[in-house]
Amino acid sequence: MSDHITFDGRQLPMTPGRTVAAVLLAAGVRSWRTTRVHGRPRGLFCGIGACFDCLVTVNGTPSVRACLVEAKPGDVIDAV
Amino acid sequence: MRCDVAILGAGPAGLAAAGAAVAAGKSVIVLDLGTRPGGQYFRHPNGKPTKELAGLLSACRGTRMLLGRKVFLVEQGPPSTIHVVDGEPVVTDSVIIATGAHDRVVPFPGWDLPGVLTAGGAQALWKGSRVLPGKRIVVGGTGPFLLPVAAGLASAGADVVGVFEANDPRRFARFPMTLARNPGKLLEAAGYLGTLARHRVPIRNRRAVVAAHGEGGVTAVTVARVDADWRPVPGTERLIDCDTVAIGCGFVPQIDIALALGCASEVAADGTVVLTVDGKQRTSVPGVYAAGEVTGIGGVRMSLAEGAIAGRVGAPGPGRSARQAEFARALAAVYPVREGWLDWLAGDTLLCRCEEVDYDAVRAAAGLGARDARAVKLLTRAGMGWCQGRMCAGAVACAINVPVEPARRILAQPIRLGDLAEPLAEPTEESR
Repeated sequence: MSDHITFDGRQLPMTPGRTVAAVLLAAGVRSWRTTRVHGRPRGLFCGIGACFDCLVTVNGTPSVRACLVEAKPGDVIDAV
Repeated sequence: MRCDVAILGAGPAGLAAAGAAVAAGKSVIVLDLGTRPGGQYFRHPNGKPTKELAGLLSACRGTRMLLGRKVFLVEQGPPSTIHVVDGEPVVTDSVIIATGAHDRVVPFPGWDLPGVLTAGGAQALWKGSRVLPGKRIVVGGTGPFLLPVAAGLASAGADVVGVFEANDPRRFARFPMTLARNPGKLLEAAGYLGTLARHRVPIRNRRAVVAAHGEGGVTAVTVARVDADWRPVPGTERLIDCDTVAIGCGFVPQIDIALALGCASEVAADGTVVLTVDGKQRTSVPGVYAAGEVTGIGGVRMSLAEGAIAGRVGAPGPGRSARQAEFARALAAVYPVREGWLDWLAGDTLLCRCEEVDYDAVRAAAGLGARDARAVKLLTRAGMGWCQGRMCAGAVACAINVPVEPARRILAQPIRLGDLAEPLAEPTEESR
């Protein structure tokens, strides 16, 4: 069986060595956060750790930059 | 941890500096936010460094690489103390700042939609993870970097709808001698142009992405012809279907740590704030050196050369290349960011993405008497969010018609109070 992560309760396929953002985008997920003021969807923007738009919760740790951290099989990813 | 030379940044400049420092017999520690060495330029899929990166790494053998580390503060020495969110501090005689740059983006309506990302971010996604950001991609902004980004995405199988360059590269004709002295740059550009031609990707100059459209994500953009000041020419707007926009207008040096240390800065030809260095890459603070894009955007060859000088930490040796510096100045002249982009904003276009502050709010603050970015921030929260103004500082300054000021941040990373109170407590974020 191939590797997976869980995103908002759904199983998504993952390839080791990819960032969390890359795994989500490869699975067709473009947005994984909504903004505080206007509730607008956000996903990857700067892609290199500078803009903090791509924040997710990884295995219970909040405010992780999805563009920096590599996904691991079995990771549980939740929208912020 | 103690060392002779600590280097912030494992990109081209940092690794070249490490190689030179090792050659000089120094004990060296390199720290980087990324989990693989190489920085943005040498970003690579897991376990597959390019030949050039492998060569740089082998030259700095013996260096201790601390990857995936978030440096939030450097206390001036000597010896200086480098504070890291998730680990032991590093105490060092010399510090070399080689923290590189991130994309500069000017706002446009819809730039906060999912599917709009920076040119560097689009490239990084492919280079590091072998994932494309979308299927039908518009590349826009300004600068020669758009060419490798578009060529890379097209080669990887994306449908690159077009490259929309807001400036006119024919301005290079004003610099014939500079071009003649830098034939390698021309060859590099020719390679990208060849790739784009093979994939039938049109390159349109004096065109800008002036709006992105969509609900939950981008589904189209409006591209318009712009004049020399980047003002959209009425009647030239064209709607283009796409699912992704990769946008970049040059780069902003990441110099927060150096500024917090008190290093002197200056405004470069491209309007960004850069660190002031002498011929040996020394900053104004004793024991602190800077190399690569933090001293001005000049590309990988210049970064490698500056890194090799900085790594000697003051010892004599060959200096910087006037030819490379001349080329960097020509690039700044050919690819400026012009203030006409303000004309394509709507009142509700966000300038500050983190705090969702729009153009109207910033103008209202200016109307209330705000004359600098700090006053705007206090009135509107623009620049107060997670990115600490990295994404919006230039745009806000331009919107209120003042020069960009050097960022004054005590801490270079947003960190938790718990990280400060108990530095060796349970690891957080990327260090898992």
